[in-house]
Amino acid sequence: MAGGTSSIMETLFQRTLDDMIKGLRLQLIGESAFVSKALDEIRREVKSTDPSTKSTALHKLSYLASLHFHDMSWAAFHVVEVMSSSRFSYKRIGYHAASLSFNDDTPVLLLITNQLRKDLGSTNEFEVSLALECLSRIATADLARDLTPEIFTLLSTTKLFVRKKAIGVVLRLFAKYPDAVRVCFKRLVENLDSSDPQILSAVVSVFCELASRDPGSYLPLAPEFYRILVDSKNNWVLIKVLKIFAKLAPLEPRLAKRVVEPICDHLRRTGAKSLMFECVRTVVSSFSEYESAAKLAVVKIRELLVDDDPNLKYLGLQALSIVAPKHLWAVLENKEFVIKSLSDGDPNIKTESLRLVMAMVSETNVVEIARVLVNYSLKSDPEFCNEILGSILSTCSRNVYEIIIDFDWYVSLIGEMSRIPHCQKGDEIENQLIDIGMRVQDVRPKLVRVARDLLIDPALLGNPFLHKILSAAAWVSGEYVEFSRNPFELMQAIFQPRTSLLPLSVMAVYIHSAFKVLIFCLHCYILQRESITSSCPENLVLGVSESVLKREMPEDSGLIRTTCEALPVQGDKGFNRRASNQSSEVFSVENGGDRTINHGQTSTPNFSEKSSFTYESIVKLINLVELAMGPCMGSHDVEVLERARNLLCFIEVIKGEITECLEHKEKKKESEEMKASEIIKLMSDAFSEELGPVSLSAQKRVPIPEGLELKESLDDLGTICADIQVPPSNDSNLFSLGSPYNGEEVGVSASELESKEESEPSNEATALLTDHRKRHGLYYLPSEKNEIVPNDYPPANDPKLRDNLNNDTEDLVKLTEQSLVTNKKPNHAKPRPVVVKLDERDVVTITAKRPEPNDNLLSGAVREVLLGSDTRTTTSQHNPPDKASSKRKGKEKLNVDPSSKLKEDLGDSEKPDHENPSSRRSKHRTHGKERRQKSPSKPAEERENNGQKGKQKSSHRARHKAQERADAPLNAVSQTPVIPDFLL
Amino acid sequence: MIHFVLLISRQGKVRLTKWYSPYSQKERTKVIRELSGVILTRGPKLCNFVEWKGYKVVYKRYASLYFCMCIDQEDNELEVLEIIHHYVEILDRYFGSVCELDLIFNFHKAYYILDELLIAGELQEPSKKTVARLISAQDSLVETAKEQRSSISNIIAQATK
Repeated sequence: MAGGTSSIMETLFQRTLDDMIKGLRLQLIGESAFVSKALDEIRREVKSTDPSTKSTALHKLSYLASLHFHDMSWAAFHVVEVMSSSRFSYKRIGYHAASLSFNDDTPVLLLITNQLRKDLGSTNEFEVSLALECLSRIATADLARDLTPEIFTLLSTTKLFVRKKAIGVVLRLFAKYPDAVRVCFKRLVENLDSSDPQILSAVVSVFCELASRDPGSYLPLAPEFYRILVDSKNNWVLIKVLKIFAKLAPLEPRLAKRVVEPICDHLRRTGAKSLMFECVRTVVSSFSEYESAAKLAVVKIRELLVDDDPNLKYLGLQALSIVAPKHLWAVLENKEFVIKSLSDGDPNIKTESLRLVMAMVSETNVVEIARVLVNYSLKSDPEFCNEILGSILSTCSRNVYEIIIDFDWYVSLIGEMSRIPHCQKGDEIENQLIDIGMRVQDVRPKLVRVARDLLIDPALLGNPFLHKILSAAAWVSGEYVEFSRNPFELMQAIFQPRTSLLPLSVMAVYIHSAFKVLIFCLHCYILQRESITSSCPENLVLGVSESVLKREMPEDSGLIRTTCEALPVQGDKGFNRRASNQSSEVFSVENGGDRTINHGQTSTPNFSEKSSFTYESIVKLINLVELAMGPCMGSHDVEVLERARNLLCFIEVIKGEITECLEHKEKKKESEEMKASEIIKLMSDAFSEELGPVSLSAQKRVPIPEGLELKESLDDLGTICADIQVPPSNDSNLFSLGSPYNGEEVGVSASELESKEESEPSNEATALLTDHRKRHGLYYLPSEKNEIVPNDYPPANDPKLRDNLNNDTEDLVKLTEQSLVTNKKPNHAKPRPVVVKLDERDVVTITAKRPEPNDNLLSGAVREVLLGSDTRTTTSQHNPPDKASSKRKGKEKLNVDPSSKLKEDLGDSEKPDHENPSSRRSKHRTHGKERRQKSPSKPAEERENNGQKGKQKSSHRARHKAQERADAPLNAVSQTPVIPDFLL
Repeated sequence: MIHFVLLISRQGKVRLTKWYSPYSQKERTKVIRELSGVILTRGPKLCNFVEWKGYKVVYKRYASLYFCMCIDQEDNELEVLEIIHHYVEILDRYFGSVCELDLIFNFHKAYYILDELLIAGELQEPSKKTVARLISAQDSLVETAKEQRSSISNIIAQATK
């Protein structure tokens, strides 16, 4: 009694939903406090035995869950309780809560199967509708399997209100339980003939959704869809049918031919924009090879574009971008409009038109379009500005700069883009600057100039987005310093005061570039001094080069002399020539020596510009570096610290000697001088190695040397190595198979420095160090890779090293061939410079979209059902000896096989059941459960089936008798000749 | 296919959410936060479509409410706009010039109407009249039940006096 009273009290004093919402809105105690209080109440009320109290509590809870996102999974069991209430008003609340909160993992789902079954069979159509609604949301594989018979029954109920919902549920049913297709598909297809617009609309929607996942399976239904396309006046239905045809047409060209005319009719006739747009989209996406249709569609697109409604404008642009790949003329025709839309107020429209503009870009107009776009980007808001810049960069770099002919232009464009105030594309620009530097040799002089302009501008240092670009510029200036007009100026730019604003990683690149520049200057200075001493001072220019040439490359001297003669007149031209000359021998064995010559020559224009490498200037340079390195010595960043120290040590080593030998020039301390210049030469050689792009798969191509076990733990390696006592330089080589240069270079410099610093390197200590390094490799820097290459750019393949590492001659041959090909370049100006390409890297991988396994199951089932039905219909309509139809049958068999094979085993047990009950002879149509439960007990039938094939066929035939019946009148109504043609 | 339907007020308050594709509670909050950030900031006289994570969101503003539906890339945006309009008209007819408060206090009704309009993310009933008729039929079912209940509780209340 007390319990009863309390429940009554609860009922009387329970807050209703209205009360709760009002309280929430008043917010006397704050929302979260109120909600938690309300949740406490609900927790108590929902346990009540009074259904009214319980359902009200649940109602409130679902309000909080759906609009305030409070978890209600804890109440799942109460939801089930309320669902099973006999009263409609409670039941509705329960079902609503279920469809809101249940998901596949909800444990209580197991409990509701019977409840759903009961409600699906209810006489109250609204209860049925609740159950269907809920099922469409929460059905799991188990639920779908258990309730398939009920849905099957509902698919042909006379209550249209229920039937259309059942049709909607089929979508979820098939997705969760593909085998339901075998049961329900026929009924579903029957509904295509319904005269009721609601049913038709529902069933076409379902097919549209199914076909979008796997169009091929629904090809046999084309005649039905065609009839709807021609007959229907309902725009909702037409739009869906058009979508289906957009999917089917590409699969069957004859179908496309047949369908294109009715679609054009709709396109011409319709006044509804949605239908018109759907027609346009269907035509441009799937029927673009039909010239007249495409033309008509483009006319309609134009109508959309000039409309005031921004929606239509946007859709028009979208349609244009679909049509662009195949009919570029359509875009060009509307070029003005597209360009104008770039300044539209709507960001979506702007983005869309930008996409279109990029679609128009080609070799011939890239300069012009880029100019227009850069101007637009200056005027637009930061976000769109970056979108523009991003798309320029990505379009131009597409397929290894396919559309760029004039790289000088492009490089200066990149420079210009970097200076746009809103530019945030630092990473991309950085990559491209370095990439172009490595791939395109001809553009290097220009690249260096652009990089210099960027480096020298103190204003750029303040913008954090540009730091990446500056890092690339510094790298370029260092790597290709031989093209620089004035290395001293470059050095000053690198060490200008505001560089302290740079992040440390960029600073490290700066210091390394400074190192390269310094080496270059010193090397030139030494060469120059040597030549002064060896040749007559009045003929300075020729003297330098000739002396060098005579020493190292006598056979080429003629060619180079002409270059030298041209030099004083035109610096640039000289550079280009030299660059081309150099490139042909870059991979030759006397690599280092070769570059040395070039260095000698590059110094020559500097003589003429009177900024030559005099003793004073070199000393000034060294002082500048020393001064600038001072603060870096206190850096916390290991990279910066290490590099700065390297640089300073190097200066320490050579400084004394250079000044000394200058002062005592007359005394000629030959040996000392040689030492300094040798070091410099070595360093210069190391830096002058060409870096090239490396394909991503390069590492894989290096065969693993015999006996090398990569998978084993390296722990015990330490002890082995300690015994061997390998010097560190070799060691680094061992571990940088992938990056040969670095190991080599570092090895050289390190050992060189070492031998300078300490006369006797203690072997014991190094061995210990090596040992330690092996053991605790984690705490060491990953590798010396970064020393040369600031970014992720691994150094180029080195044929020499490859040769040493693996005596695989074939590989070598291939490589040399490759290098020859890439470097083969005529001396004359060619329309487009050679761009080094690596095939693996640049191939765009097209990932074929594979349907999910579930879809496979589904489509397999659908095919099995449909194709079977098909065989039947055609054979019944036309004479079996029809050659075409028999051919088709064969083809379809093939199609079916792979997908339905999976099922074969599954289906085998069912097959006899299928074939028996609905046979033609018995004139007995049964379905679903009944059919399954029937046992194979018709000997008359069995006789007919000889062999597995015949069996299967007959089963199809039998099962789809209804389908056949449905088809027959249909075909009679619409043009009969059309349909067989479709099915071909 | 429609993946979800959202009603968001101009202040960013959620008025209705209906999910036809599976989203966890966490994802739902995230989706709503992201989308209201995108949609509410868009000015008037812009187009009603937003591209979002490979989907398209069609939205339309009626008074202070934004009606948003998320659809697949290849679905017809104009059709969805019409569905939204359809829904609004039905609501309008049902509530008699609907306003935000109606939806706040009758959030379940808004759901029921939507359920009659869409099923499994597809349009099921293009006729406004039919939807109105179905809803009122169900309402009358509930009403009679309510009357019964109140009378019973009256009886009990009297009995326990």
